[in-house]
Amino acid sequence: MLNLIVRRVAIAIPTLLIILVISFLLMHAAPGGPFTSEKPLPPQVLANIEAKYGLDQPIYKQMINYTVGILTEFDFGPSFKYKDRTVNEIIAQGFPVTMTYGIWSFIVAVSFGIPLGLIAALRQNTRTDYFAVGFSITASVLPNFVMAPLLILVFTLWLGLLPGGGWNDGSWENLILPVIALSTSYTAELTRLTRASLLEVLRSNYIRTARAKGLPERTVILRHALKPAMLPVITYLGPMFVGLITGSFIIDSIFSTGGMGYFFVNSALNRDYSVMLGITLLAGGLVVLFNLIVDLAYGWLDPQIRY
Amino acid sequence: MKHCIKAILLASAVSWASGPLLAAGTHPTTGEALADDQTFTYQTIDEHTSVDPQLVEDVGGAAIVRDLFEGLYNQDADGNMVPGVALNHTTNADKTVYTFTLRNNAKWSDGKTVTAGDFEYAWKRLADPETASEYQWFMGVMNLKNAVDVMSGEMPVSELGVKALNDTTLEVTLAGSMSYFPLTTTHSSTFPTPQWAIEAHGTDWVKPENIVSNGAYVLTKHVPNETLERERNPMYWNDAETIMEKVVIKIVNDENVALTRYLAGEFDQTGVPTGQFLKMQEQYPDEVHSNPALCTYYYSMNMGENGPEALKDKRVRQALSYAIDRDIIVNNILQAGQFPAYTFTPAATAGFTVPEVEASTMTQAERDAKAAELLSAAGYGTDNPLSVEILYNTSEGHKKIAIAISQMWKQKLGVEATMQNQEWKTFLTTKSEGNYQVGRAGWCGDYNEASTFLDLVGSASGYNDSKFANAEVDQLLLDSKTSDNPQPNYTRIEEIVADEVPLISIYHYTNAMFLKPSIKGWPFENVEGNWYSRNLYKVAK
Repeated sequence: MLNLIVRRVAIAIPTLLIILVISFLLMHAAPGGPFTSEKPLPPQVLANIEAKYGLDQPIYKQMINYTVGILTEFDFGPSFKYKDRTVNEIIAQGFPVTMTYGIWSFIVAVSFGIPLGLIAALRQNTRTDYFAVGFSITASVLPNFVMAPLLILVFTLWLGLLPGGGWNDGSWENLILPVIALSTSYTAELTRLTRASLLEVLRSNYIRTARAKGLPERTVILRHALKPAMLPVITYLGPMFVGLITGSFIIDSIFSTGGMGYFFVNSALNRDYSVMLGITLLAGGLVVLFNLIVDLAYGWLDPQIRY
Repeated sequence: MKHCIKAILLASAVSWASGPLLAAGTHPTTGEALADDQTFTYQTIDEHTSVDPQLVEDVGGAAIVRDLFEGLYNQDADGNMVPGVALNHTTNADKTVYTFTLRNNAKWSDGKTVTAGDFEYAWKRLADPETASEYQWFMGVMNLKNAVDVMSGEMPVSELGVKALNDTTLEVTLAGSMSYFPLTTTHSSTFPTPQWAIEAHGTDWVKPENIVSNGAYVLTKHVPNETLERERNPMYWNDAETIMEKVVIKIVNDENVALTRYLAGEFDQTGVPTGQFLKMQEQYPDEVHSNPALCTYYYSMNMGENGPEALKDKRVRQALSYAIDRDIIVNNILQAGQFPAYTFTPAATAGFTVPEVEASTMTQAERDAKAAELLSAAGYGTDNPLSVEILYNTSEGHKKIAIAISQMWKQKLGVEATMQNQEWKTFLTTKSEGNYQVGRAGWCGDYNEASTFLDLVGSASGYNDSKFANAEVDQLLLDSKTSDNPQPNYTRIEEIVADEVPLISIYHYTNAMFLKPSIKGWPFENVEGNWYSRNLYKVAK
């Protein structure tokens, strides 16, 4: 196990470096730059700005300077668009916000999605199953950019129960609507995945054998069916968690949370290179970390898996 | 001692007498009953770029800066220049040296006096290459002596044409005569900044815990991409006349969600979502407003090297302009009170009289007939159709306008117009490199004078995307800088532009917004959209 962790960490460093290099090159390949504007800047003014931010250097030098800044001082540089802030500040402010509603959405999705999928599979072709399948289909076709304005319309304008947006230091009133909007589709996906996976396992030969041996149904499910049925679910949970805690542009935009998802997308549109790179590296690091956690969970769920 | 006691007693009496008036919550001038809670909350679509006067570059950020800082001059509700830190100014005969007299009771929020030296520092900071402000170019607009050389690093910053003669006298030397120079001092990039705070905190000086400002408000809270709050500055020289206690920004990136939250009572002001103005005006007549703005929407015609041969023919450009039915665009597509444009400079521009160009006096049927005639004379018709490509950036509004115009050209002139949509930065790059034929554009004035628009058609202008060059226009522009009455020059330039059509003016913008009826003092007639929270107040319902 320790060997696996050491190997993964060793692989993570070149992986992140490759992400950095590819992102850097792609960003600079895109037309326009951070200071391209409708009122084009006079050449001298542009030259001053490029000199200040080091954009007058060759790309390889910019890349080296940026990497050295991160490695030596953990400095991701200044934002080109938001002049009063650095990338470190943007991440330090946005990541906790995104993580808070992301973790809550994860908890909600897992707490409702997996049990609902399990119950639906165990009671196949009953009303419970139809409800679960119906919910799963409805929620899947109702994306969060539709859900979010609808929730604001109902809970803020019509019922006047909850604020329509803002973060307000993460108060629970401000958290409810973003969490519902974000978790619904994940809940539906987990329900569908869990149901399908458990049904498949329950139809397998070794379960039939266990039942033929006269084992009680509870034992069959808990000891023999549940763990293997969870493998595809766990596979999905890793990237799902990373997706949730690196932020959602839609949730940040509609609920004005101040989270990272908005900055990530907008930094690409604004060619705010340093913000984009900083968030990409953070997201990349989290993907590596949670893939490792998923792999460790595999080992626990299925001891046959060897690394 | 006797006098001193008398003065204290008198001051106490005055404050006691005026106390009940304010306690009763009535406006000192209008007598309207004031709301107990004097908080103005408004929505913006995006986070501001900065609150540093020399670094801010967006309209929303400039509004914050106008509250936090005060320049030499302010604007009144109609957009006229009124004293700010400066009480008045004098100028020499050829209008190259301006001397401003500053009030001696202007204070920074930390209690220090605002001096002419603070302006000298700020202006030099703006021009300094090391500051690398995107608004450095405004020094060129102001025409300050040596600004160009200072910005390029060829001259030390100390050589910039601004000098504090003493604490209350600021002398400005221009590179050449400019009659409207004082107007430029209402721009936020010219506001003073506190050298000691900047030196003490570096780039962090604009954080709420560090900032020192001289405006009617101080920054008290900033949660990026969520909220910003500013509260009354007791050190402001005119704080006694300020009524609004607190101003709060809520950043909501989605205009439809913003409207829902406005209707739920979360804000006092928000924008009107695109395409909903008429419906909203009918539903909320007391809350929806639309006023002229200092902006023009136009199509630039590429007459440069990479531009198509056809557009180098004046008759083709004229035909394309005549065939656009501006009334349909403003009345059927935009529907927010915009004005059809036949000249580049909006009628709302101060001191500018819109000249009567031929197109503006014709009916659309006459314009269409003339367009067909011109295009035919240029050799294009059904047997030899003209092909053009319209370039625009991603936006439903731009798309609708491009579709309408391409259809007008197709139906009236048989022109095969294709449309190319590009993401914003790609669009800007394509245009700046001259790789387009007809390109969407918009221009808003940086100050309220016609030259802010007409300079754009000068051959030396960096914003002249059509690469139009006309010696008479260049001379007229040059002469208008020194003229006491530049209107005849402006009339002639507009006539040349209407004849040569380097660009097709389509409509002049309006500012459309929702504002709660309880908020009073909004400067609807200020076409630059410059507002100051200290002029606002909330009346009791």
